[in-house]
Amino acid sequence: MMELTEFFVQLWIARWAVLKGLGITAFISLLAIVLGTLLGIGVGLVLTYGGRVSRLVARIFVDYVRGTPVFVLVLASFYLLSEVGVHLTAFQAGLFALTIFCSTHVGENARGALMSLPRGQMEAGKAIGLTFPEIFIYVLAPQALRQALPTWVNTATEIVKASTLLSVIGVAELLLTAKEIIARNFLTLEFYLFAGLLFFLINFAIERGGRYVERRVALPN
Amino acid sequence: MAELVLQIENLHKKFKDVEVLKGVDMSLATGDVVSIIGSSGSGKTTLLRCVNMLEEFHEGRILIDGEEIGYSGPQHKARKESEIARQRAMTGMVFQQFNLFPHMTVQRNVTLGLTKVKKLPVEEANSMADKWLARVGLQDRRDHYPGQLSGGQQQRVAIARAVAMNPKVMLFDEVTSALDPELVNEVLSVIKDLATEGMTMLLVTHEMKFAFEVSDRVVFMNQGRIEEEGPPEELFRKPKSQRLAEFLKSSKF
Repeated sequence: MMELTEFFVQLWIARWAVLKGLGITAFISLLAIVLGTLLGIGVGLVLTYGGRVSRLVARIFVDYVRGTPVFVLVLASFYLLSEVGVHLTAFQAGLFALTIFCSTHVGENARGALMSLPRGQMEAGKAIGLTFPEIFIYVLAPQALRQALPTWVNTATEIVKASTLLSVIGVAELLLTAKEIIARNFLTLEFYLFAGLLFFLINFAIERGGRYVERRVALPN
Repeated sequence: MAELVLQIENLHKKFKDVEVLKGVDMSLATGDVVSIIGSSGSGKTTLLRCVNMLEEFHEGRILIDGEEIGYSGPQHKARKESEIARQRAMTGMVFQQFNLFPHMTVQRNVTLGLTKVKKLPVEEANSMADKWLARVGLQDRRDHYPGQLSGGQQQRVAIARAVAMNPKVMLFDEVTSALDPELVNEVLSVIKDLATEGMTMLLVTHEMKFAFEVSDRVVFMNQGRIEEEGPPEELFRKPKSQRLAEFLKSSKF
């Protein structure tokens, strides 16, 4: 039976630690999503419009990373990179792993969205004299973004969840913070449930936000 | 003799190993309205797409207002993308599937090329769009999105979008084929209206009656070549070749 009073007392004691853990989870997730999205758009462009060689390289990168457990990516970023002389802090290594992971998902998503546009859109852009970059910016990208948005929101929530894996290499994000608190007060069930609730709230907010944007940019018909 | 706006000389085009255009020659003077007819696979749409550089071609030349488009010199050297883009704006293309930009209002569909390619100020582009939308009878729809319009209305917007760029030649690629029968006439009457205004036009069409009424000349294509061409009265009433006679019979003209 949960001792609610005891839990709230302990939570109050640990409030700054919890907030800090939550902050680190939010910060590293946000950074990984932003950087991963930027990189992923580049990957998607290469996958869609690149030459044979660059497309092949991007394809191998995407398939390899997507075929690897995120956990392995996290461990590899932390332990393997230092073997080859790249010394990253746990935070940096974690950010690197999440960014790479995010970029492959965004890249594949971007490719799918761009390929799904009818060929006539490109041709109509050409026919009025637009150059390829102009066609991309004004014609293709706005349509592809609408297409890609729901999947992208999903990827963002995956990143937030995957950020818990960084606890293993010692990034003091929300899960590791919860573990540390539990080690002091032994309220195992309560604090894991509480951490789970916070993760749920973050992702719930992301999904609501995504829905809102989807509605805002939806085309009337 | 009026000035030649469009000259096509000995045009050859291959898809892989299949030669779909086997040496086509054609020329249009200012104000000419020429319809291309022929069965599917005869190369008529491909010919039209070559004029707008949506297809590459391997031999021959296309000149618009005396300027060789897409390629240059006897070596048939491909031009730069930016140059090709500029040259494409010399022709206006209307597609079978309309290809309006679904995420832009009707007005923005028309002004995109005006502001980005012609670099017109927004107000000027807007008033030009209004003028052309009024011409196709859709001024009151300028703030609608393509998805809110009927096929016939969409195609009229597509025509306005192309004509507003003030092209030397308008190209129409089976523009009524995707429309419900009751919507065909509103589009054809817009095209007729442009033709009587003196717009130079090259049309690929299956509407034989329309081709007969609107064209100065009709070209019958068969297996990548021009089989027969002439004024519509002659071509439709007194076909010389067996193939054309058969084609006309099967298309119930």
